[in-house]
Amino acid sequence: MRQYPPKPEKAYFFGTCLVDMAYPKAGMAAIRLMQREGVRVIFPPEQSCCGQPAYNSGFPAEARQVAEKQMEIFDKPYPIVVPSGSCAGMMRHHYPKIFGNSPLRARAEAFSERVFEWSEFLVHVLDIQLEDRGAPMTVTWHSSCHAAREMGVIGDSKALIRKLKNVTLVELENEHQCCGFGGTFSVKQPEISEAMVEDKIEDIQQTGAAALLGGDCGCLMNITGAMAHRRIPITGHHLAEFIWERIHGD
Amino acid sequence: METKDTKRVEKPFDFKANVIKALGNRQLRSNLKFAMGSMTAKRKALFSDTAAFEALRARGNAIRRRALLQLPELLEQLERKCTENGITVHWAETTDAANEIVLGILRDHGATRVVKGKSMVSEEMHLNRFLGDHGIESLETDLGEFIIQLDGETPSHIIVPAIHKNKQEIARTFHEKLPDTPYTEVVEELNAIARKTLRKKFYEGEVGLSGVNMAVAETGTLCLVENEGNGRMCTTVPPVHIAVMGIEKVVEKLSDVPPLLRLLTGSATGQLVTTYVNMITSPRKPGEKDGPREVHLILLDNGRSTILPDEKLRQTLQCIRCGTCLNHCPVYTRIGGHAYGFVYPGPIGKILTPQMEGLDRTSAIPTASTLCNACEEVCPVQIPIPDLIRRLRNESYDPDGSVCGHGVKRNLAETAVWKAWALVNRHRALNAVGTRMAGIFGPMLPRIGPLAEWTRSRNRPEFARKSLHDMAREEGISDE
Ligand code: SF4
Repeated sequence: MRQYPPKPEKAYFFGTCLVDMAYPKAGMAAIRLMQREGVRVIFPPEQSCCGQPAYNSGFPAEARQVAEKQMEIFDKPYPIVVPSGSCAGMMRHHYPKIFGNSPLRARAEAFSERVFEWSEFLVHVLDIQLEDRGAPMTVTWHSSCHAAREMGVIGDSKALIRKLKNVTLVELENEHQCCGFGGTFSVKQPEISEAMVEDKIEDIQQTGAAALLGGDCGCLMNITGAMAHRRIPITGHHLAEFIWERIHGD
Repeated sequence: METKDTKRVEKPFDFKANVIKALGNRQLRSNLKFAMGSMTAKRKALFSDTAAFEALRARGNAIRRRALLQLPELLEQLERKCTENGITVHWAETTDAANEIVLGILRDHGATRVVKGKSMVSEEMHLNRFLGDHGIESLETDLGEFIIQLDGETPSHIIVPAIHKNKQEIARTFHEKLPDTPYTEVVEELNAIARKTLRKKFYEGEVGLSGVNMAVAETGTLCLVENEGNGRMCTTVPPVHIAVMGIEKVVEKLSDVPPLLRLLTGSATGQLVTTYVNMITSPRKPGEKDGPREVHLILLDNGRSTILPDEKLRQTLQCIRCGTCLNHCPVYTRIGGHAYGFVYPGPIGKILTPQMEGLDRTSAIPTASTLCNACEEVCPVQIPIPDLIRRLRNESYDPDGSVCGHGVKRNLAETAVWKAWALVNRHRALNAVGTRMAGIFGPMLPRIGPLAEWTRSRNRPEFARKSLHDMAREEGISDE
C-alpha cells in the first residue's frame, strides 16, 4: 500500500490534454473540490500532455521530450494531482522507465513519487466529506484499465461515489474489461474497438443506470460517443464534475 | 522462414481482413465469450489468495529468469543427462531441420503411422502437413486437436485448440467426418466416439510424438501435463517416442518443477494439478514391462536464440504457454485465434510472432492491443507483455532497431506527425493554438483519416470552445 502525505498547503494540478480540450468543466470541478478542502491549487500554464500517446504508439523519444518538459514545469516539491488514471499511471510508472539509465532517471523517479490520481488524493490525502444535495438517482461506474491496474485507485473512486447519499451505484458485470479506447488503437483497429465498446454499452444498459461515471476522459469520450451514435439516452460524466454538481444541488 | 511453406502458395497475411471476417462471425463471438467466462472464473477461484498468488508468481518469474540467464549451459547439461539416461538428443536450428529429424527417425523404423499428443512446437513445424507430404499418417489424439484435424484447421488457442467451436459444430464434424457416426450433441457420447476411434489408433501407432512442458537439466527429465491420458498413451504405448521442445523450456533443477506446474495448471485450466503428470526420464529399461524402447528429444531453436541476447525481449522466452493471457485478452476474446494468422495468438502471440516471423510481415499484430494490462496482471511468470508490445511498436518505426524487419513502417507519415506532436507539446503557444483550433474547427473537420475511423461507430468528440487553460486563467487559479 502506498504511503500518503498529510494534507499539503499547495498542490499542482496536471489537467491532461484531453480534459484541456474536451472536458475543461471536469478539470475545473476537480480543482474546485481540492480548493474547497483548503488546498492552494497551482495550475502551471505551460503544461501540456503526459506523453502517453507517443509512448504507446511506439515513439518513446518523442514521449521523452514531452515528459522532460513536464518535469521541468512541475519542479517544486508539491504533490501533482491528475484527473485521469491513465495519465497518472504514465507519469507515475512509466516516466522512470522511459529515461532508461540516463541521468534524468533519478529525477523522473522523484517526480513520479509526487504523482497522485485525483480521487486517490481526495480520499487519502484530503479525507474529503461530501454532502449530496441532488435528487435520488442510479449510476454505474466504468473502471479505466490504468486506473485499475496501474494506479489501483478504483476503490477510492467508488468510495467517493458512495459518499453521495442519494446516489445508488450499480456495478457493471464486467467492470474490469477494457472499453476499447486504447488511444490510437481506436483508430488503428476500429473494428475491434467497436466490438469492445458495443459489449461495454450492453453491460451499461443492463444496470438500468441513468448515468455512467468514469475517471478517465478517454474512456468516457469513447463510450459516450458510441452511446450517442446509437441514440442511447445514458449520459457520461467525469466523477469530479458529477460530484461538484451533486454537492451544489444540480 | 520462406522455405517453410514453399510447397503451397498461401495468401499473404492480411490482419485487417482476418479481423473483419472473425468479427462478422457471431457464432464465434458467442462461443468465445461462453468458454472464456468459465475458464477465467475457474482460474480466479484457484488463485483467490492474492498474496500467496503474487508470491508464487514471483517465484515462477525467478525460476524462468534464472534458467534463461544460463540457457546454453543448461541445454548442454540437459543433453548430457538425457544421453546418460538413454534418451537420444537432437538439435534443430530451423523447423525444416526438425521435420527432417522426425522423418529420419520414422524411416529408420520403417514407420508410416504416428500418434501425436498436443504440441505447439509441432504446430510451429507444420509437422502434420510435412509428414502427410511424405506419405505418413499423423493422428492428433488430444480431443481438441483431433476435432480440428478432422476439419483441416489449426488450433485457435494454445491450450484449448478447438475453443472456437461449440457442441453443435463438433457434433456435425464427427457425424460428417467419422464413418458410421450418428449425429449426437450429448457430450458424453461425443467423448465416447472420440475415445473409440483413438483407442484403436494408439495400438496401430508405430511412433508416438509429444511436446514437453518443461525439461529438467539437473536430471534429464521431460515433464508433460495433460488431462486426457492421451499424452501418456503416446509416450508409452508405441515402441518409439519422439518429444519436441523449444530450447527455452529447460529449467535448472527438479525443485523448480512444482511451483511452475502449479502456476501452469492453475493458470491454464484452474486446476490444482492435471489428471496426468508425466515425468519421463528414460526409455524402457531391461526387465521393465512397458514404455517405449527408444526416446528421442528434439530441441528446436526456430529464432529463439536471436531473442535471447536482448534483456528486455528475452522476457518473451519466460513464457510457459499457459494460455491465460489469451483468456483475459479483450482483443483475443473478440477475434479468436485464427485471425492472428500464425501459430501463437493473443498477447503472447503479439510479442512472440513478430520476433519469430519478422516485423516486415507482422507489424500489424502489435497494434491490436489497447495496452489494458489484463495479460500482465495474470501472467504466471510476470512477463511485462504491454511493455514488450510498446517495444515492438517502436521497432516497427525504428531504422536502428534489433528485431528482424525493424523499421518497416519508418516512412509512414505517422513519424512526422509524432515529431510535430512533440514540438507542440513542448511549446505553450503552439499548444494553445492547437487546442483553440480543435474547439473552433472540430465540428467542421471532414470525416477522413483517423476521424473517419472514429465516427464509424461513435459521434465525433466535442471539443470545448474554452480550454481548461483558458478557464483556469479566467478564474484566477494560481500559476505561481
Ligand atoms: S505469456 Fe504468460 S500468460 Fe501468456 S501464455 Fe505465456 S506464461 Fe501464460
